[in-house]
Amino acid sequence: MQKQANVVIIGGGIIGCAVAYELAIRGVKDIVVIEKQYLSSGATGRCGAGVRQQWGTETNAILARDSVRRFEGMNEELEYDRDIEFKQGGYLMVSYTQNEWNQYKKNVAVQHSLGIPTKMLTPQEAMEIVPHLNINGLVGATFCQTDGHANPFHVVDAYFKAASRLGVKFETYTSVTGIKREKGKVTSVQTTKGDIDTPLVINACGYAAGTICEMAGFELPLYPQRHQALVTEPVEPCQGPMVISLHYRLYCQQTPHGSFIMGVGDPHEPKDFNINSSWEFLEDVARQATTVLPLLKNLRVVRQWSGLYDMSPDANPILDEIPEAKGMWVAAGFSGHGFMVAPQTAVLLAQKILGQECFMPIERFGLDRFRRGELLLEPAVV
Amino acid sequence: MQTKETIVCRCEDITLDEIKSLISQGYRTIDEIKRVIRAGMGPCQGRTCRMLIAQELAKVCGIPVGEVLMPTFRAPVKPVKLGTFAGGE
Ligand SMILES: Cc1cc2nc3c(=O)[nH]c(=O)nc-3n(C[C@H](O)[C@H](O)[C@H](O)COP(=O)(O)OP(=O)(O)OC[C@H]3O[C@@H](n4cnc5c(N)ncnc54)[C@H](O)[C@@H]3O)c2cc1C
Ligand code: FES
Repeated sequence: MQKQANVVIIGGGIIGCAVAYELAIRGVKDIVVIEKQYLSSGATGRCGAGVRQQWGTETNAILARDSVRRFEGMNEELEYDRDIEFKQGGYLMVSYTQNEWNQYKKNVAVQHSLGIPTKMLTPQEAMEIVPHLNINGLVGATFCQTDGHANPFHVVDAYFKAASRLGVKFETYTSVTGIKREKGKVTSVQTTKGDIDTPLVINACGYAAGTICEMAGFELPLYPQRHQALVTEPVEPCQGPMVISLHYRLYCQQTPHGSFIMGVGDPHEPKDFNINSSWEFLEDVARQATTVLPLLKNLRVVRQWSGLYDMSPDANPILDEIPEAKGMWVAAGFSGHGFMVAPQTAVLLAQKILGQECFMPIERFGLDRFRRGELLLEPAVV
Repeated sequence: MQTKETIVCRCEDITLDEIKSLISQGYRTIDEIKRVIRAGMGPCQGRTCRMLIAQELAKVCGIPVGEVLMPTFRAPVKPVKLGTFAGGE
């Protein structure tokens, strides 16, 4: 492996690969991406890959809105030889309690102020969009047609191939074991295949971003949390949008392949690195899914898996340079929605690192918001 | 052997030709191949095709089949209805 680089990116998920591409396309040479296993082996390859603009904080809504435009043109922009399978069937966010509905109304006001075309629907109107929706007790729903989902493996593959053409090197099956710094600046990255001297490190390690920062002597306020998902046998297309219920902690979509992918958040999940799949999850998700979408009870489950959310205290990411280790940037804390915001998050970070004008203020994602107690609390997470 | 017509993963309809082409592009584990073209993601969960792909990888990498990294095995081993898990049946 090479001994020196201009930039070392740690983590071969969507964030690491997208940042590599955005730096390379802006003319940065000699970039290396270090990945412990294979590309998209982390959260990215385990995620629902849903893309929604219906957020309650402006920051998430802007990043998602602008990333949707990128996903729309991604096959062409990255000259991808396959298809990222971006399908804009919309997101239907259903509400079964009055409290939740009041919050949805506030979220929609934020979305409208940013030009996101979300509609507020009555239960009847929601059923016209998803005929098998249970409207018993439904207060209302919000719908945005341009939301959707993509194939996460192919999106990463597209960034990987485009970045490789621009000269970026990818070292897979290589782990970062240490970060060296001198006089408050990073100087090199230690890996299982040798050291690389570099003045610039980007920590895009998702759930392991905290571990990497500890290597540089800095603690991040992030914690890992297991989330499980399952996929069913494929059937004829019958559900356009992703259906999401914060009350039932459920999200459920039909992929272009015909299978249904779904998951639930578990409020009792401990903060640790466990990624085993559990039996309790199968029962929990089956109950929630067949309550909201009763028709699904006849579908057979073919596979379940789990992955880790990299949770931050306010469910917004951290995009900042570590004060104690200049040259070391963090892009983590995506709290279960890093896939959908990745394209524009990568642009924002590349602009900031290169001293270019940022398309939105990056300071809002700074580390000192936690110290000052000025959190960007996101109300709309599963 | 007719690699264009030889099906390796019958659930997902993937030929030996496609598997070989991915290996030659640098994809080196069953997990990577699975994620790009769905080989092993069908109803049988790779019980039929996993070893066939492992053999191809072993040949190219010059290692015994036993040393090819295997994907994780998880429940359910056989497809089960959601309604059954929900306790409805
Ligand atoms: C079940 C589930 C469902 C989800 N659904 C959605 C969704 O619908 N929409 C959405 O937008 N987001 C979703 N997410 C969240 C999304 O997956 C993540 O926010 C996103 O993939 C983060 O990307 P990343 O590149 O930061 O992290 P990752 O993909 O986790 O990448 C980090 C990489 O770092 C590597 N690494 C770790 N330690 C080291 C080391 N020491 N040395 C070298 N490499 C290392 C890992 O192997 C990994 O590949 C979901 C997540 C889960 C778990
Ligand atoms: S034969 Fe490949 S998944 Fe069944």
